[in-house]
Amino acid sequence: MLRSDLAIIARNVRSGSRILDVGCGDGQLMAALRDHKQVDARGLEIDPVNVATAVARGLSVVQGDADSDLVDYPDGCFDYVILSQTLQTTRRPDLVLDHMLRIGRQAFVSFPNFAQWRIRIAHMFGGQMPVTEQLPHRWYDTPNIHHVTIDDFRSFLKDRGVVVEGQWFLSGNRPRKKALANLMAEHAVFLLRQG
Amino acid sequence: MAKSMQGDERFGLDKRVRLLGPVRLESGAEFAPVDFAYETYGSLNADKTNAILICHALTGDQYVASTHPVTGKDGWWTRMVGPGKPIDPARHCIISINVMGSCMGSSGPASLDPSTGGPYGMAFPVITIGDMVRAQAILLDHLDIPILSAVVGGSMGGMQALSWATLFPERVRCAVVIASTARHSAQNIAFHEVGRQAIMADPRWNNGAYYGREAPASGLAVARMAAHITYLSEAGLTEKFGRRLQNRPDGSMGAKSFGFDADFQVESYLRYQGLSFVDRFDANSYLYITRAMDYFDLAEPHDGVLAKAFAATKARFCLISFDSDWLYPTSESRRIVHALNAAGAAASFVELSSPFGHDSFLLDAPEMNRIVDGFLRAGENL
Repeated sequence: MLRSDLAIIARNVRSGSRILDVGCGDGQLMAALRDHKQVDARGLEIDPVNVATAVARGLSVVQGDADSDLVDYPDGCFDYVILSQTLQTTRRPDLVLDHMLRIGRQAFVSFPNFAQWRIRIAHMFGGQMPVTEQLPHRWYDTPNIHHVTIDDFRSFLKDRGVVVEGQWFLSGNRPRKKALANLMAEHAVFLLRQG
Repeated sequence: MAKSMQGDERFGLDKRVRLLGPVRLESGAEFAPVDFAYETYGSLNADKTNAILICHALTGDQYVASTHPVTGKDGWWTRMVGPGKPIDPARHCIISINVMGSCMGSSGPASLDPSTGGPYGMAFPVITIGDMVRAQAILLDHLDIPILSAVVGGSMGGMQALSWATLFPERVRCAVVIASTARHSAQNIAFHEVGRQAIMADPRWNNGAYYGREAPASGLAVARMAAHITYLSEAGLTEKFGRRLQNRPDGSMGAKSFGFDADFQVESYLRYQGLSFVDRFDANSYLYITRAMDYFDLAEPHDGVLAKAFAATKARFCLISFDSDWLYPTSESRRIVHALNAAGAAASFVELSSPFGHDSFLLDAPEMNRIVDGFLRAGENL
């Protein structure tokens, strides 16, 4: 059973395409795409134990860091580059996104929305960095070093002239409408291409 | 169903064969006839898709998973090869060949030159890693093995696996390259040169013409000692020996001799490594094989662009490095991965953590086994 943002990506990837999954973890999405959509999948993952698990599943995964290693991939060598729940952990999300749009003809990006109402309430009334089901880490041990909201991301895309070809929003596992997404959605998934 | 290999004299333990060849060498020369010493484990299946070639390192041999005839020790990679292991004779037809230039039965400087009746010595041609691989291809033709489901090797074995995938892209389905590199660095060459000079400085070396006389054992032992340091890590040496002193022959415990005996345990260990090596290895082979490794640069025939070397390959690659390996450090594996990505090849890569330096690939490494097992099985399911 795929996590709901991964399920959205999996549904919207064309069969038989070539994908690079950046921050692929133990290769769950890659395996699903390989098995159900005949996708030629490659992965990049920072954690060696995850890489070992993915390779042991028969996937082609390279241990590396999105911040430093995407530069090694040639232009346009994938149909899709996927970055799920990883954007907010990179040192330079802007440069990572530039590389994704250079390497892939399209890019899927999913991230937790830091403007969702629960987080706003926790922040406003608790006066502390929010710890939620979606963002369970404390301020000192969180890998999420660049929190982003849906509206932040949209204006970022607009500034860079990136074209949005699809957008999906989630609360828990349920899809949400586009309206009020920045307030209501816990997760966002964007399909992008270079403008 | 696997066809029975019984009665087929070409397959089994401790096999020898002389083939006409020739091997067309990179130097431009041709070498013939070619002797091969090799072993096979398991049976080739009916559609000949389960062959795995295991390539050995500098001082390795064909005895991957069977007892070494000189040392009486177990095969050098029984942790990886054997029943229930990632490379399993129940599933695979495993082939391991003593490399050309070596001294365990395949053609090398100690072999007899049919044209003179005496050992080749320095008349043996200088060979390359590619030449070793081209020779192996001749033996595989003799064994009627058209396709290798995998070529697997650590260190120099990894260089051969890479060369197989680039020289015979149509014959290799996947390559496992462990603790290896696509080129010898200046530092790698420098250490080898120390070893070669130690051998050639031994008066018994006699320009390579020592067969039937005393071998240049002191020179070879020093060469081995210097090389052995590069196979370990500082942390490993510190953990194993630290500055601890040897017990003296007179029974005194751990005192300095104020002389040049092996006071430190690490000295004693290295001396032992050197001395035990000369019983099983030929000094001229050491010269020829280190030369082949120094000449190794996979990118050289492709204008220095490593990605071009992989342009024709359809093989899947699995690379593993170890964080304490300073002989062929992780950066060299990453360079290969970068080139494979640029060439669009299917590549996997992991750096594993181990305190034991370059030799880690020969030691117990469950994570390495898990990765190799999964990687090979994925190929078998395709």
